[in-house]
Amino acid sequence: MAGDTTKTVILDNSGIRRAMTRISHEILEKNKGLSNVVLIGIQSGGAHLAREISNCMELIEGERVPVGSVDITLYRDDFKSQAPHKSVGKTDITFSLEGKRVVLVDDVLYTGRTIRAAMDALMDYGRPQLIQLAVLIDRGHRELPIRADFVGRNVPTSQKENVEVLFDDKQQPVEVVLEK
Amino acid sequence: MATEFKHKDIIALRDLNKDEIELLISTAESMREVNSRSIKKVPTLRGKTIINLFYESSTRTRTSFEIAGKRLSADTVNIAPSNSSATKGETLSDTALNLLAMKPDIIVMRHAVSGSHYYLSKKVGCSIINAGDGAHEHPSQGLLDMLTIKDRFGRLDGLKVAIVGDITHSRVARSDIQGLTKMGSSIYLAGPPTMMPPGVERLGNVTVCGTMKEAIADADVVIMLRIQQERQGKTLMPNAREYSRYFGLNPENLKWAKPDAMVMHPGPINRGVELSSYVADGGQSHVLKQVENGVAVRMAMLYHVCGGELE
Repeated sequence: MAGDTTKTVILDNSGIRRAMTRISHEILEKNKGLSNVVLIGIQSGGAHLAREISNCMELIEGERVPVGSVDITLYRDDFKSQAPHKSVGKTDITFSLEGKRVVLVDDVLYTGRTIRAAMDALMDYGRPQLIQLAVLIDRGHRELPIRADFVGRNVPTSQKENVEVLFDDKQQPVEVVLEK
Repeated sequence: MATEFKHKDIIALRDLNKDEIELLISTAESMREVNSRSIKKVPTLRGKTIINLFYESSTRTRTSFEIAGKRLSADTVNIAPSNSSATKGETLSDTALNLLAMKPDIIVMRHAVSGSHYYLSKKVGCSIINAGDGAHEHPSQGLLDMLTIKDRFGRLDGLKVAIVGDITHSRVARSDIQGLTKMGSSIYLAGPPTMMPPGVERLGNVTVCGTMKEAIADADVVIMLRIQQERQGKTLMPNAREYSRYFGLNPENLKWAKPDAMVMHPGPINRGVELSSYVADGGQSHVLKQVENGVAVRMAMLYHVCGGELE
Protein backbone atom coordinates (compact mmCIF):
# COMPACT_ATOMS: atom_id res chain seq x y z
CA MET A 1 0.00 0.00 0.00
CA ALA A 2 1.35 3.45 -0.88
CA GLY A 3 2.17 5.57 2.14
CA ASP A 4 -0.07 8.50 1.21
CA THR A 5 -3.39 6.64 0.92
CA THR A 6 -5.91 7.32 3.64
CA LYS A 7 -8.72 4.98 4.55
CA THR A 8 -12.03 6.19 5.92
CA VAL A 9 -14.71 3.82 7.16
CA ILE A 10 -17.90 5.01 5.49
CA LEU A 11 -20.18 2.21 6.72
CA ASP A 12 -19.47 0.12 9.81
CA ASN A 13 -20.72 -3.36 10.59
CA SER A 14 -24.03 -2.35 12.17
CA GLY A 15 -24.55 0.16 9.36
CA ILE A 16 -24.15 -2.68 6.84
CA ARG A 17 -26.63 -4.86 8.79
CA ARG A 18 -29.24 -2.12 8.86
CA ALA A 19 -28.77 -1.42 5.15
CA MET A 20 -29.10 -5.14 4.28
CA THR A 21 -32.26 -5.45 6.42
CA ARG A 22 -33.81 -2.44 4.70
CA ILE A 23 -32.88 -3.76 1.24
CA SER A 24 -34.48 -7.10 2.13
CA HIS A 25 -37.72 -5.38 3.15
CA GLU A 26 -37.69 -3.27 -0.01
CA ILE A 27 -37.18 -6.34 -2.23
CA LEU A 28 -40.14 -8.06 -0.53
CA GLU A 29 -42.29 -4.94 -0.82
CA LYS A 30 -41.52 -4.31 -4.48
CA ASN A 31 -42.04 -7.98 -5.45
CA LYS A 32 -45.07 -8.44 -3.13
CA GLY A 33 -43.47 -11.30 -1.25
CA LEU A 34 -40.88 -13.79 -2.35
CA SER A 35 -42.74 -16.02 -4.75
CA ASN A 36 -40.76 -16.48 -7.95
CA VAL A 37 -37.90 -14.32 -6.54
CA VAL A 38 -34.31 -15.57 -6.85
CA LEU A 39 -31.11 -13.85 -5.72
CA ILE A 40 -27.96 -13.94 -7.87
CA GLY A 41 -24.78 -12.48 -6.38
CA ILE A 42 -21.88 -11.33 -8.53
CA GLN A 43 -18.59 -13.02 -7.52
CA SER A 44 -17.19 -12.51 -5.08
CA GLY A 45 -18.49 -9.67 -2.85
CA GLY A 46 -22.01 -9.71 -4.31
CA ALA A 47 -22.28 -13.47 -3.78
CA HIS A 48 -21.57 -13.06 -0.05
CA LEU A 49 -24.11 -10.23 0.23
CA ALA A 50 -26.77 -12.25 -1.65
CA ARG A 51 -26.50 -14.96 1.03
CA GLU A 52 -26.87 -12.28 3.73
CA ILE A 53 -29.98 -10.85 2.06
CA SER A 54 -31.43 -14.35 1.73
CA ASN A 55 -30.91 -14.91 5.49
CA CYS A 56 -32.60 -11.57 6.25
CA MET A 57 -35.54 -12.44 4.01
CA GLU A 58 -35.91 -15.80 5.73
CA LEU A 59 -36.12 -14.06 9.12
CA ILE A 60 -38.85 -11.77 7.78
CA GLU A 61 -40.94 -14.21 5.73
CA GLY A 62 -39.93 -17.57 7.21
CA GLU A 63 -39.10 -18.97 3.81
CA ARG A 64 -35.85 -19.28 1.82
CA VAL A 65 -35.36 -17.91 -1.67
CA PRO A 66 -32.99 -19.69 -4.07
CA VAL A 67 -29.52 -18.10 -4.13
CA GLY A 68 -26.98 -18.44 -6.94
CA SER A 69 -23.77 -16.72 -7.92
CA VAL A 70 -22.38 -15.57 -11.24
CA ASP A 71 -18.77 -14.97 -12.29
CA ILE A 72 -18.52 -12.39 -15.05
CA THR A 73 -14.91 -12.95 -16.14
CA LEU A 74 -15.89 -14.64 -19.41
CA TYR A 75 -18.30 -11.77 -20.24
CA ARG A 76 -15.98 -8.80 -19.62
CA ASP A 77 -15.73 -6.07 -22.25
CA ASP A 78 -12.17 -5.06 -21.45
CA PHE A 79 -10.14 -8.03 -22.70
CA LYS A 80 -6.92 -6.66 -24.06
CA SER A 81 -4.86 -9.22 -25.86
CA GLN A 82 -1.69 -8.12 -24.07
CA ALA A 83 -2.96 -8.19 -20.50
CA PRO A 84 -2.66 -11.50 -18.64
CA HIS A 85 -6.08 -13.06 -18.27
CA LYS A 86 -7.36 -13.48 -14.75
CA SER A 87 -8.44 -16.79 -13.35
CA VAL A 88 -12.09 -17.62 -13.97
CA GLY A 89 -14.32 -17.89 -10.89
CA LYS A 90 -17.21 -20.27 -10.37
CA THR A 91 -20.72 -19.63 -11.60
CA ASP A 92 -23.20 -21.55 -9.50
CA ILE A 93 -26.79 -21.36 -10.69
CA THR A 94 -28.48 -24.69 -10.04
CA PHE A 95 -32.02 -23.60 -10.93
CA SER A 96 -33.69 -22.27 -14.06
CA LEU A 97 -34.09 -18.51 -14.43
CA GLU A 98 -36.93 -18.91 -16.92
CA GLY A 99 -39.79 -16.61 -15.84
CA LYS A 100 -38.12 -15.75 -12.51
CA ARG A 101 -37.88 -12.35 -10.82
CA VAL A 102 -34.11 -12.12 -10.55
CA VAL A 103 -32.52 -9.78 -8.03
CA LEU A 104 -28.90 -9.25 -9.03
CA VAL A 105 -26.72 -8.36 -6.04
CA ASP A 106 -23.35 -6.60 -6.09
CA ASP A 107 -21.28 -4.86 -3.43
CA VAL A 108 -20.26 -1.63 -5.22
CA LEU A 109 -21.98 -0.10 -8.26
CA TYR A 110 -19.52 2.04 -10.25
CA THR A 111 -19.29 2.18 -14.08
CA GLY A 112 -22.09 -0.35 -14.61
CA ARG A 113 -19.92 -2.53 -16.86
CA THR A 114 -19.91 -5.42 -14.39
CA ILE A 115 -23.72 -5.31 -14.27
CA ARG A 116 -23.91 -5.29 -18.10
CA ALA A 117 -21.67 -8.37 -18.19
CA ALA A 118 -23.70 -10.10 -15.45
CA MET A 119 -26.98 -9.49 -17.30
CA ASP A 120 -25.49 -10.99 -20.46
CA ALA A 121 -24.42 -14.03 -18.44
CA LEU A 122 -27.90 -14.42 -16.87
CA MET A 123 -29.58 -14.36 -20.28
CA ASP A 124 -27.59 -17.48 -21.19
CA TYR A 125 -29.44 -19.30 -18.39
CA GLY A 126 -32.94 -18.56 -19.68
CA ARG A 127 -35.29 -15.60 -19.95
CA PRO A 128 -36.12 -14.09 -16.56
CA GLN A 129 -39.41 -12.27 -16.13
CA LEU A 130 -37.41 -9.28 -14.89
CA ILE A 131 -34.04 -8.37 -13.43
CA GLN A 132 -33.68 -5.96 -10.52
CA LEU A 133 -30.42 -4.67 -9.11
CA ALA A 134 -29.48 -4.43 -5.42
CA VAL A 135 -26.15 -2.88 -4.35
CA LEU A 136 -24.68 -2.03 -0.98
CA ILE A 137 -22.84 1.07 -2.25
CA ASP A 138 -23.59 3.26 -5.28
CA ARG A 139 -20.53 5.43 -5.90
CA GLY A 140 -21.67 7.07 -9.17
CA HIS A 141 -19.65 7.56 -12.40
CA ARG A 142 -21.84 5.36 -14.59
CA GLU A 143 -20.60 4.67 -18.13
CA LEU A 144 -23.72 2.73 -19.19
CA PRO A 145 -27.44 3.46 -18.76
CA ILE A 146 -27.83 1.30 -15.65
CA ARG A 147 -29.32 2.15 -12.24
CA ALA A 148 -29.94 0.18 -9.07
CA ASP A 149 -33.43 -0.62 -7.74
CA PHE A 150 -32.19 -1.08 -4.16
CA VAL A 151 -29.26 0.89 -2.72
CA GLY A 152 -27.69 0.56 0.72
CA ARG A 153 -25.86 3.88 0.66
CA ASN A 154 -25.17 6.48 -2.02
CA VAL A 155 -21.55 7.62 -1.69
CA PRO A 156 -20.39 10.52 -3.88
CA THR A 157 -16.79 9.77 -4.87
CA SER A 158 -14.10 11.01 -7.20
CA GLN A 159 -12.74 8.59 -9.78
CA LYS A 160 -9.34 8.69 -8.05
CA GLU A 161 -10.87 7.16 -4.94
CA ASN A 162 -11.58 3.50 -4.34
CA VAL A 163 -14.49 2.01 -2.42
CA GLU A 164 -14.11 -1.46 -1.01
CA VAL A 165 -16.42 -3.72 0.99
CA LEU A 166 -14.29 -5.82 3.32
CA PHE A 167 -15.28 -9.36 4.30
CA ASP A 168 -13.94 -11.58 7.09
CA ASP A 169 -12.77 -15.16 6.53
CA LYS A 170 -16.34 -16.40 7.09
CA GLN A 171 -17.38 -14.18 4.15
CA GLN A 172 -19.42 -11.92 6.45
CA PRO A 173 -19.28 -8.21 5.58
CA VAL A 174 -17.15 -6.24 8.07
CA GLU A 175 -17.09 -2.63 6.90
CA VAL A 176 -16.95 -0.38 3.86
CA VAL A 177 -13.86 1.77 3.39
CA LEU A 178 -13.10 4.69 1.11
CA GLU A 179 -9.44 4.91 0.03
CA LYS A 180 -8.03 8.23 -1.15
CA MET B 1 -1.89 -20.37 -7.09
CA ALA B 2 -0.90 -17.78 -9.68
CA THR B 3 -3.74 -15.49 -10.70
CA GLU B 4 -2.21 -14.53 -14.03
CA PHE B 5 -0.88 -16.52 -16.95
CA LYS B 6 1.89 -14.75 -18.81
CA HIS B 7 2.79 -17.16 -21.62
CA LYS B 8 1.73 -16.51 -25.18
CA ASP B 9 2.32 -20.15 -26.13
CA ILE B 10 1.70 -23.52 -24.49
CA ILE B 11 4.17 -25.91 -26.08
CA ALA B 12 5.24 -28.14 -23.21
CA LEU B 13 4.28 -28.64 -19.56
CA ARG B 14 8.02 -28.59 -18.97
CA ASP B 15 7.91 -24.82 -19.62
CA LEU B 16 5.19 -24.19 -17.00
CA ASN B 17 5.60 -24.02 -13.24
CA LYS B 18 3.33 -25.54 -10.63
CA ASP B 19 1.35 -22.32 -10.11
CA GLU B 20 0.64 -21.97 -13.81
CA ILE B 21 -0.49 -25.60 -14.11
CA GLU B 22 -2.80 -25.11 -11.10
CA LEU B 23 -4.22 -21.97 -12.72
CA LEU B 24 -4.98 -23.82 -15.98
CA ILE B 25 -6.66 -26.67 -14.07
CA SER B 26 -8.69 -24.24 -11.96
CA THR B 27 -9.83 -22.30 -15.04
CA ALA B 28 -10.78 -25.61 -16.68
CA GLU B 29 -12.94 -26.46 -13.64
CA SER B 30 -14.79 -23.17 -14.15
CA MET B 31 -15.12 -23.79 -17.91
CA ARG B 32 -16.91 -27.07 -17.18
CA GLU B 33 -19.85 -25.07 -15.89
CA VAL B 34 -20.22 -23.50 -19.36
CA ASN B 35 -20.28 -26.99 -20.89
CA SER B 36 -23.10 -28.05 -18.57
CA ARG B 37 -25.50 -25.25 -19.62
CA SER B 38 -28.19 -25.54 -22.22
CA ILE B 39 -26.58 -22.58 -24.05
CA LYS B 40 -22.96 -23.73 -24.19
CA LYS B 41 -21.34 -20.54 -25.36
CA VAL B 42 -19.70 -17.50 -23.78
CA PRO B 43 -18.58 -14.38 -25.69
CA THR B 44 -15.02 -14.33 -24.31
CA LEU B 45 -12.96 -14.84 -27.48
CA ARG B 46 -15.36 -13.16 -29.88
CA GLY B 47 -13.51 -11.90 -32.94
CA LYS B 48 -10.48 -14.16 -32.40
CA THR B 49 -9.46 -16.59 -35.13
CA ILE B 50 -8.02 -20.00 -34.30
CA ILE B 51 -6.39 -22.19 -36.94
CA ASN B 52 -6.20 -25.91 -36.16
CA LEU B 53 -3.24 -27.15 -38.21
CA PHE B 54 -3.04 -30.93 -37.93
CA TYR B 55 -0.18 -32.61 -39.78
CA GLU B 56 -1.05 -35.91 -38.09
CA SER B 57 -4.44 -37.54 -37.89
CA SER B 58 -6.56 -36.90 -34.85
CA THR B 59 -10.23 -37.13 -34.01
CA ARG B 60 -10.44 -36.44 -30.32
CA THR B 61 -7.89 -33.66 -29.97
CA ARG B 62 -8.87 -31.75 -33.10
CA THR B 63 -12.61 -31.96 -32.42
CA SER B 64 -12.04 -31.04 -28.82
CA PHE B 65 -9.97 -27.95 -29.69
CA GLU B 66 -12.56 -26.97 -32.29
CA ILE B 67 -15.46 -27.27 -29.83
CA ALA B 68 -13.43 -25.44 -27.16
CA GLY B 69 -12.80 -22.51 -29.52
CA LYS B 70 -16.43 -22.37 -30.61
CA ARG B 71 -17.75 -22.42 -27.04
CA LEU B 72 -15.60 -19.34 -26.36
CA SER B 73 -17.07 -17.69 -29.52
CA ALA B 74 -13.81 -17.75 -31.49
CA ASP B 75 -13.83 -18.56 -35.22
CA THR B 76 -12.08 -21.88 -35.79
CA VAL B 77 -10.67 -23.16 -39.06
CA ASN B 78 -9.33 -26.68 -39.56
CA ILE B 79 -6.49 -27.47 -41.92
CA ALA B 80 -5.46 -31.08 -42.55
CA PRO B 81 -2.37 -32.04 -44.57
CA SER B 82 -4.28 -34.24 -46.98
CA ASN B 83 -6.00 -31.19 -48.45
CA SER B 84 -3.34 -28.54 -47.79
CA SER B 85 -0.24 -27.42 -49.63
CA ALA B 86 2.00 -29.64 -47.48
CA THR B 87 1.30 -32.44 -49.95
CA LYS B 88 2.65 -30.15 -52.66
CA GLY B 89 5.94 -29.74 -50.78
CA GLU B 90 5.40 -26.48 -48.93
CA THR B 91 7.65 -26.12 -45.87
CA LEU B 92 6.25 -25.60 -42.37
CA SER B 93 7.75 -22.12 -42.32
CA ASP B 94 6.09 -21.13 -45.61
CA THR B 95 2.76 -22.60 -44.53
CA ALA B 96 2.94 -20.69 -41.25
CA LEU B 97 3.80 -17.37 -42.91
CA ASN B 98 0.95 -17.83 -45.37
CA LEU B 99 -1.48 -18.63 -42.57
CA LEU B 100 -0.19 -15.63 -40.66
CA ALA B 101 -1.13 -13.37 -43.54
CA MET B 102 -4.72 -14.33 -42.68
CA LYS B 103 -4.18 -12.87 -39.17
CA PRO B 104 -5.00 -15.75 -36.83
CA ASP B 105 -4.72 -15.14 -33.08
CA ILE B 106 -3.90 -18.73 -32.17
CA ILE B 107 -2.45 -21.63 -34.17
CA VAL B 108 -3.11 -25.06 -32.65
CA MET B 109 -0.72 -27.47 -34.30
CA ARG B 110 0.01 -31.18 -34.30
CA HIS B 111 3.21 -32.17 -36.05
CA ALA B 112 5.29 -35.34 -36.30
CA VAL B 113 8.55 -33.51 -35.60
CA SER B 114 9.43 -32.96 -31.93
CA GLY B 115 10.10 -29.31 -31.17
CA SER B 116 8.55 -27.97 -34.38
CA HIS B 117 6.36 -25.66 -32.28
CA TYR B 118 9.39 -23.85 -30.86
CA TYR B 119 10.56 -23.27 -34.44
CA LEU B 120 7.11 -22.03 -35.45
CA SER B 121 6.85 -19.76 -32.41
CA LYS B 122 10.02 -17.92 -33.48
CA LYS B 123 8.59 -17.39 -36.96
CA VAL B 124 5.14 -16.08 -36.10
CA GLY B 125 3.72 -13.51 -33.70
CA CYS B 126 0.46 -15.26 -32.81
CA SER B 127 -0.02 -17.73 -29.97
CA ILE B 128 1.00 -21.35 -30.53
CA ILE B 129 -0.60 -24.31 -28.76
CA ASN B 130 0.95 -27.74 -29.09
CA ALA B 131 -1.61 -30.45 -29.85
CA GLY B 132 1.17 -33.07 -29.95
CA ASP B 133 4.64 -32.95 -31.45
CA GLY B 134 6.39 -36.20 -32.34
CA ALA B 135 7.52 -38.01 -29.21
CA HIS B 136 7.97 -34.77 -27.25
CA GLU B 137 4.85 -33.49 -25.47
CA HIS B 138 1.07 -33.36 -25.62
CA PRO B 139 0.32 -30.70 -23.00
CA SER B 140 -3.47 -30.62 -23.33
CA GLN B 141 -3.59 -34.37 -22.69
CA GLY B 142 -1.31 -33.97 -19.67
CA LEU B 143 -3.58 -31.24 -18.27
CA LEU B 144 -6.80 -33.17 -18.84
CA ASP B 145 -5.27 -36.25 -17.21
CA MET B 146 -4.38 -34.13 -14.17
CA LEU B 147 -7.89 -32.62 -14.06
CA THR B 148 -9.46 -36.10 -14.27
CA ILE B 149 -7.24 -37.40 -11.44
CA LYS B 150 -7.95 -34.30 -9.33
CA ASP B 151 -11.71 -34.83 -9.82
CA ARG B 152 -11.40 -38.29 -8.33
CA PHE B 153 -8.96 -37.65 -5.44
CA GLY B 154 -9.30 -33.90 -4.88
CA ARG B 155 -5.53 -33.55 -5.07
CA LEU B 156 -2.50 -34.63 -7.08
CA ASP B 157 0.26 -34.66 -4.47
CA GLY B 158 1.22 -37.91 -2.82
CA LEU B 159 -0.47 -40.13 -5.41
CA LYS B 160 1.18 -43.16 -6.97
CA VAL B 161 0.66 -43.03 -10.73
CA ALA B 162 1.70 -45.97 -12.93
CA ILE B 163 2.27 -45.39 -16.65
CA VAL B 164 2.50 -48.59 -18.67
CA GLY B 165 3.42 -49.11 -22.30
CA ASP B 166 5.62 -47.55 -24.96
CA ILE B 167 7.20 -44.74 -22.97
CA THR B 168 9.82 -43.94 -25.65
CA HIS B 169 7.35 -42.94 -28.33
CA SER B 170 4.71 -41.47 -26.04
CA ARG B 171 4.29 -37.71 -25.89
CA VAL B 172 1.39 -38.34 -23.50
CA ALA B 173 3.77 -40.03 -21.06
CA ARG B 174 6.20 -37.11 -21.24
CA SER B 175 3.51 -34.50 -20.56
CA ASP B 176 2.01 -36.63 -17.78
CA ILE B 177 5.44 -37.04 -16.18
CA GLN B 178 6.31 -33.34 -16.50
CA GLY B 179 2.97 -32.21 -15.09
CA LEU B 180 2.31 -34.81 -12.41
CA THR B 181 5.82 -34.73 -10.90
CA LYS B 182 5.56 -30.94 -10.58
CA MET B 183 2.26 -31.42 -8.74
CA GLY B 184 3.81 -33.90 -6.30
CA SER B 185 2.75 -37.30 -7.67
CA SER B 186 5.19 -40.24 -7.85
CA ILE B 187 5.50 -41.86 -11.26
CA TYR B 188 6.20 -45.58 -11.82
CA LEU B 189 6.92 -46.67 -15.38
CA ALA B 190 6.69 -50.14 -16.91
CA GLY B 191 7.09 -51.35 -20.46
CA PRO B 192 9.30 -53.55 -22.64
CA PRO B 193 12.98 -52.52 -22.40
CA THR B 194 12.88 -51.61 -26.10
CA MET B 195 10.20 -49.02 -25.28
CA MET B 196 11.84 -47.47 -22.20
CA PRO B 197 13.93 -44.36 -22.87
CA PRO B 198 17.28 -44.40 -21.08
CA GLY B 199 17.67 -41.74 -18.39
CA VAL B 200 13.92 -41.15 -17.98
CA GLU B 201 14.42 -41.12 -14.18
CA ARG B 202 16.13 -37.75 -14.56
CA LEU B 203 12.73 -36.12 -15.28
CA GLY B 204 11.97 -36.04 -11.56
CA ASN B 205 10.16 -38.35 -9.16
CA VAL B 206 10.17 -41.24 -11.65
CA THR B 207 10.91 -44.91 -11.01
CA VAL B 208 11.48 -47.40 -13.81
CA CYS B 209 10.08 -50.81 -12.86
CA GLY B 210 11.18 -54.17 -14.19
CA THR B 211 7.70 -55.65 -14.30
CA MET B 212 4.17 -54.37 -14.70
CA LYS B 213 3.28 -55.78 -11.27
CA GLU B 214 5.93 -53.65 -9.59
CA ALA B 215 4.64 -50.51 -11.32
CA ILE B 216 0.93 -50.92 -10.60
CA ALA B 217 1.20 -52.43 -7.11
CA ASP B 218 -0.82 -50.16 -4.77
CA ALA B 219 -1.14 -47.53 -7.50
CA ASP B 220 -3.87 -44.88 -7.19
CA VAL B 221 -3.90 -44.31 -10.94
CA VAL B 222 -2.97 -46.60 -13.84
CA ILE B 223 -2.40 -44.84 -17.17
CA MET B 224 -2.20 -47.30 -20.07
CA LEU B 225 -0.54 -46.05 -23.24
CA ARG B 226 -1.56 -46.93 -26.75
CA ILE B 227 0.77 -49.19 -28.67
CA GLN B 228 1.51 -46.98 -31.64
CA GLN B 229 1.68 -49.49 -34.42
CA GLU B 230 1.93 -46.71 -37.00
CA ARG B 231 5.07 -45.34 -35.37
CA GLN B 232 7.41 -48.13 -34.32
CA GLY B 233 6.21 -50.72 -36.78
CA LYS B 234 6.84 -54.27 -35.67
CA THR B 235 10.46 -53.95 -34.63
CA LEU B 236 10.06 -53.22 -30.91
CA MET B 237 7.86 -56.13 -29.86
CA PRO B 238 7.40 -59.68 -31.11
CA ASN B 239 3.63 -59.52 -31.47
CA ALA B 240 0.54 -57.97 -29.93
CA ARG B 241 -0.42 -61.16 -28.11
CA GLU B 242 2.88 -61.45 -26.29
CA TYR B 243 2.79 -57.72 -25.49
CA SER B 244 -0.67 -58.11 -24.04
CA ARG B 245 0.47 -61.02 -21.84
CA TYR B 246 3.22 -58.96 -20.16
CA PHE B 247 1.98 -55.36 -20.36
CA GLY B 248 -1.78 -55.51 -21.00
CA LEU B 249 -4.20 -54.48 -18.26
CA ASN B 250 -6.92 -57.00 -17.46
CA PRO B 251 -9.25 -57.54 -14.47
CA GLU B 252 -6.72 -59.96 -12.85
CA ASN B 253 -3.67 -57.72 -12.79
CA LEU B 254 -5.74 -54.60 -12.04
CA LYS B 255 -6.25 -56.20 -8.61
CA TRP B 256 -2.60 -55.42 -7.84
CA ALA B 257 -3.46 -51.72 -7.77
CA LYS B 258 -5.48 -50.11 -4.96
CA PRO B 259 -9.10 -51.40 -4.93
CA ASP B 260 -10.52 -48.08 -6.14
CA ALA B 261 -7.64 -47.22 -8.48
CA MET B 262 -8.57 -45.28 -11.60
CA VAL B 263 -7.72 -46.55 -15.08
CA MET B 264 -6.99 -44.02 -17.80
CA HIS B 265 -6.04 -44.23 -21.47
CA PRO B 266 -5.42 -41.36 -23.90
CA GLY B 267 -7.21 -43.23 -26.71
CA PRO B 268 -7.72 -44.60 -29.22
CA ILE B 269 -7.68 -47.95 -27.41
CA ASN B 270 -6.29 -51.11 -29.00
CA ARG B 271 -8.82 -53.38 -27.30
CA GLY B 272 -7.31 -56.65 -26.18
CA VAL B 273 -3.75 -55.37 -26.59
CA GLU B 274 -2.88 -52.80 -23.91
CA LEU B 275 -6.35 -52.77 -22.35
CA SER B 276 -8.88 -55.57 -22.10
CA SER B 277 -12.46 -54.64 -22.90
CA TYR B 278 -13.54 -55.67 -19.40
CA VAL B 279 -11.30 -52.98 -17.92
CA ALA B 280 -11.91 -50.37 -20.64
CA ASP B 281 -15.68 -50.56 -20.09
CA GLY B 282 -15.50 -51.34 -16.36
CA GLY B 283 -16.32 -49.20 -13.34
CA GLN B 284 -12.72 -48.14 -12.75
CA SER B 285 -12.26 -46.76 -16.27
CA HIS B 286 -12.24 -42.97 -16.57
CA VAL B 287 -11.60 -42.91 -20.32
CA LEU B 288 -14.77 -41.04 -21.29
CA LYS B 289 -14.38 -38.65 -18.37
CA GLN B 290 -10.96 -37.79 -19.83
CA VAL B 291 -12.54 -36.88 -23.16
CA GLU B 292 -15.18 -34.77 -21.44
CA ASN B 293 -12.54 -32.89 -19.44
CA GLY B 294 -10.57 -32.38 -22.65
CA VAL B 295 -12.95 -29.70 -23.90
CA ALA B 296 -12.81 -27.72 -20.64
CA VAL B 297 -9.00 -27.95 -20.45
CA ARG B 298 -8.62 -26.74 -24.04
CA MET B 299 -11.01 -23.84 -23.36
CA ALA B 300 -8.77 -22.86 -20.43
CA MET B 301 -5.64 -23.06 -22.62
CA LEU B 302 -7.17 -20.93 -25.40
CA TYR B 303 -8.45 -18.41 -22.86
CA HIS B 304 -5.11 -17.99 -21.11
CA VAL B 305 -2.81 -17.83 -24.16
CA CYS B 306 -5.01 -15.05 -25.54
CA GLY B 307 -4.07 -12.96 -22.52
CA GLY B 308 -0.41 -13.98 -22.55
CA GLU B 309 2.33 -11.48 -23.18
CA LEU B 310 4.37 -11.55 -26.35
CA GLU B 311 7.66 -13.08 -25.34
